[in-house]
Amino acid sequence: MTGVDLESGSDPHQESGEAAHSPNISRADLDLHNIDKRFGEVHAVADVSLNIPAGEFFTLLGPSGCGKTTLLRIIAGLEVADRGEVVLGGDKITSLPANRRQVNTVFQSYALFPHLSIFENVAFGLRSRKTPQAEVRSRVDRRLEMLGLQTMANRYPHELSGGQQQRVALARALVNEPQVLLLDEPMSALDAKLRAQIQVELRRLQRKLGMTFILVTHDQDEALVVSDRIAVMRRGTIVQSGSPKDVYETPHTRFVAEFLGAANLIAGGYQDGCLETELGRFRLAQPVSWQEGTVAIRPERIRLSSKPAGENSFKAQIQEVIYRGTNVDLSLEPGQLRVRTGAEETFEPGKSIWLELPPEALVVLND
Amino acid sequence: MTKLLIWYGELTTRRNLTRRGLGYLSPGMLWLLWFLILPGFVLVLVSFISRGSYGQLEWNFTIENYKRLLGFSLFGWSADYLRIILRSVIVAVVTCGICVLLAYPLAFFICGRPARNRYFWLTLVIVPFWTNMVIRTYAWLLILDPDFPLARLAALLKLIPDGSALYPSALAVYLGMVSMFLPFVVLPLYSSVERLDWSLVEAAQDLYASRWRVFSQAILPQTLPGLSVGVILTFVPTMGMFVVPDLLAGAKYMLVGNLIQQQFGQSRDWPFGAAISMGLMVLTLISLQLYRRRSKEVDIL
Repeated sequence: MTGVDLESGSDPHQESGEAAHSPNISRADLDLHNIDKRFGEVHAVADVSLNIPAGEFFTLLGPSGCGKTTLLRIIAGLEVADRGEVVLGGDKITSLPANRRQVNTVFQSYALFPHLSIFENVAFGLRSRKTPQAEVRSRVDRRLEMLGLQTMANRYPHELSGGQQQRVALARALVNEPQVLLLDEPMSALDAKLRAQIQVELRRLQRKLGMTFILVTHDQDEALVVSDRIAVMRRGTIVQSGSPKDVYETPHTRFVAEFLGAANLIAGGYQDGCLETELGRFRLAQPVSWQEGTVAIRPERIRLSSKPAGENSFKAQIQEVIYRGTNVDLSLEPGQLRVRTGAEETFEPGKSIWLELPPEALVVLND
Repeated sequence: MTKLLIWYGELTTRRNLTRRGLGYLSPGMLWLLWFLILPGFVLVLVSFISRGSYGQLEWNFTIENYKRLLGFSLFGWSADYLRIILRSVIVAVVTCGICVLLAYPLAFFICGRPARNRYFWLTLVIVPFWTNMVIRTYAWLLILDPDFPLARLAALLKLIPDGSALYPSALAVYLGMVSMFLPFVVLPLYSSVERLDWSLVEAAQDLYASRWRVFSQAILPQTLPGLSVGVILTFVPTMGMFVVPDLLAGAKYMLVGNLIQQQFGQSRDWPFGAAISMGLMVLTLISLQLYRRRSKEVDIL
């Protein structure tokens, strides 16, 4: 076998606890070189290369069918790539079966063993590797405690709520101290409130353990909350990657602009640092490489006022007002613009209002 | 005022439900009472009376039939009947085991076919049922005939004398039994395998499980319901089977089914036949109970 040390997970445990970066988690970068995978006619993953440094919380974000889960399964060893290499900590693991990779997965359906107790579910990986009983007990107990599951140890999966099952799935993967933890849409079955809470917990947990987490999700909020880095996928390729702030604030394409949050797209022709559009002439702050093209602006970046103000401003009519508690969403004509603003003010459909598009908020798209 | 209740979407009363339920159930109940429970009692009764010298039933209570089954006779103790019973149990257990070993790969193979081809493969499994059991067993006589390749090959390997058939033999009985009962294991197992949650298999692989551990922890517990049905459907009939051993083993390899048939037929000893039947029934129930207790350790749901 290609030098992957299966024993590295079974060091005797230091009692220093989970503080800082746990010393017993071996740190290894994950590299994907030109991964390609087809299912019949469908090109699920098209020549993807990635470097994920050890300790990063990396998110693959994209609509369903974009190939993100396939890519995750290729890393886990549950799917074989047609071409390309998976390299973990310098070792090629491309041809290593799933049960010999130092990688664990939290499955979308959790995939807990229904006939095993919570304790035995969490102990599964350790028992597969013939870990001594005393060590199994201490390691499983520690993980259960860390995730607040200590009272559930003797119960069975069907007796637990969705959120608890999700924690068990997490504990079952983490107890093996993998070099990379893969999370396949782990929160899709939870309700919105619980999801928000678990997102924050997951992020804390990852920082505390210093372990590489790779999350697959189609939920852009989730991606923004938890990630160090986001890669947006579409039709088997990564269209843009970067920090959540980068990707959100400077999308490169219409797809990224519209998939990650809402965006107003304004098309026009470029001339002398300004964009000529049907809404008016807007000054741009960013350099532009095309003659005809599109810029994007986030709904919350458009400023509203009752009288003409500053540059890039024009008059529009309110079509629809949606009250959302923390803010108000407006639809305006012309241009089918959407604006998000604070909820303090009251707006009435049919009235006219002045909009200002600050040049630094207008993002130039490449397509 | 009668209490209203909703029963599977229908507004009704408890009295109404009871009356209707009894109406639907009674034909089946009467059938079972008349053709199963009453004959069963007769069988119990007959097993405790004695046989007259011409085979007629003599109505005096005795436990002689059971003593005889356990091997006690005028001429001292002999293990002949017990040996036949033990052999039957072994044949049933081994047949079940072979069927299960063959059925798993078959069930997975069929489930692995594209959905539109699966019925074709399932039909192939069921095709033998289209032919009468006796005829199918006679077919084995032909296959095991000295002039056919199987016997020739065995003779070539010096396993049997040249020019002799592969029957009557234990091998022939097992061949007949397994081919007879394989579909009974494959079909229920197939329905379990078809509904298999593969994410559990992947989870086990992801958690470093060996092949055996994947099977025992992720596949076996999920397919246990189908497997149990198959095992019961195979074990119970093989315990009492008499056509296959009769044709393929003759007197050399007698099973308890043949013994019973003999008592009710040639020997005209109904009381003893009834006693053996009772013994077989008790043994079958004990075996099933043992199996259920064993399988409970795996299946908690």
